[in-house]
Amino acid sequence: MTIDHVRPIHIRLLLFARYAEVVGVEACDLVLSASATVADALAELRLRYPAADILPTRPLCARNHSQVAMEDEVRDGDELALLPPLAGG
Amino acid sequence: MTFLTEAAIDAARLAAMVAGPGRGAQVSFVGTVRNHQAGRQVRELHYTAYGPMAEAQCVAIVAEAENRWPVSVALQHRVGTLTIGDAAVVVVVTGDHREEAFAACRFVIEEVKHRVPIWKRERYADGTEAWVDPTAALDPAETGSP
Repeated sequence: MTIDHVRPIHIRLLLFARYAEVVGVEACDLVLSASATVADALAELRLRYPAADILPTRPLCARNHSQVAMEDEVRDGDELALLPPLAGG
Repeated sequence: MTFLTEAAIDAARLAAMVAGPGRGAQVSFVGTVRNHQAGRQVRELHYTAYGPMAEAQCVAIVAEAENRWPVSVALQHRVGTLTIGDAAVVVVVTGDHREEAFAACRFVIEEVKHRVPIWKRERYADGTEAWVDPTAALDPAETGSP
C-alpha cells in the first residue's frame, strides 16, 4: 500500500477494559494510508505500542459504534474501538 | 433516560414506563451481582462501558424487540462499582399476553449480553481482581467473538 498519491486519513482508536490495561493507553490518533482497513489500523497500533502484540489477532472491533470486520475499510475521521470480549449483564 | 446509569436501577420506575391498560402481562429480568464465580468468592464488581456505543446498541435492541413483538420494553444497565445483590441490569417488558412478553424479555437480555460493549472486573474476597472474559473457557485462542 502506498500513500504517495492519496492523502492519508486520520482516525481515533479507542481501547477498553483489559485491552486498555495491557497496552497502557485508552485512546490514540493514527495516520493511515487511504483505503486502509481495520487490520491496517491494528498493525499500526502494534508498531507504535509493542505491548499491543498481546492482543488477539482478530479482536472484536467497532467503527463509529457498529461492529466491523477486520477487512472493512476505515475512513477519515472514523472512531475505531477495540472491544475485549463483552461481559455485560 | 439513558440506558446506562451510575445510580441504582429503579425497577418500579421502569415498569411504570411500560405499563398500560391493555397490557395484561409484565415480564422482568433482573441480573444481580452474585458472590461467587468459577469457585471464587466475589466481593464486588466494577462495570465499565463504551458509553456512546452501548447507548446506541440498547436503542437498537429495544427497537428490534418492539418491532418483532407487540410489546413495550424498558431497559437499564449499571456502570461503576456494585456489591453483592445489586441489580446490574433490569429488563421490563409488557405485552397484552404473556407469550410475547416472555419471548421479548429473553431476546433483550441475550442481545444485551452479545452486543452491548460493557465489561466487568471482579474483585475477590482475597483482595485480587480480574477482568471477566466469558469466552475464555470456550476458546482461549480466539477472543474476537462475543
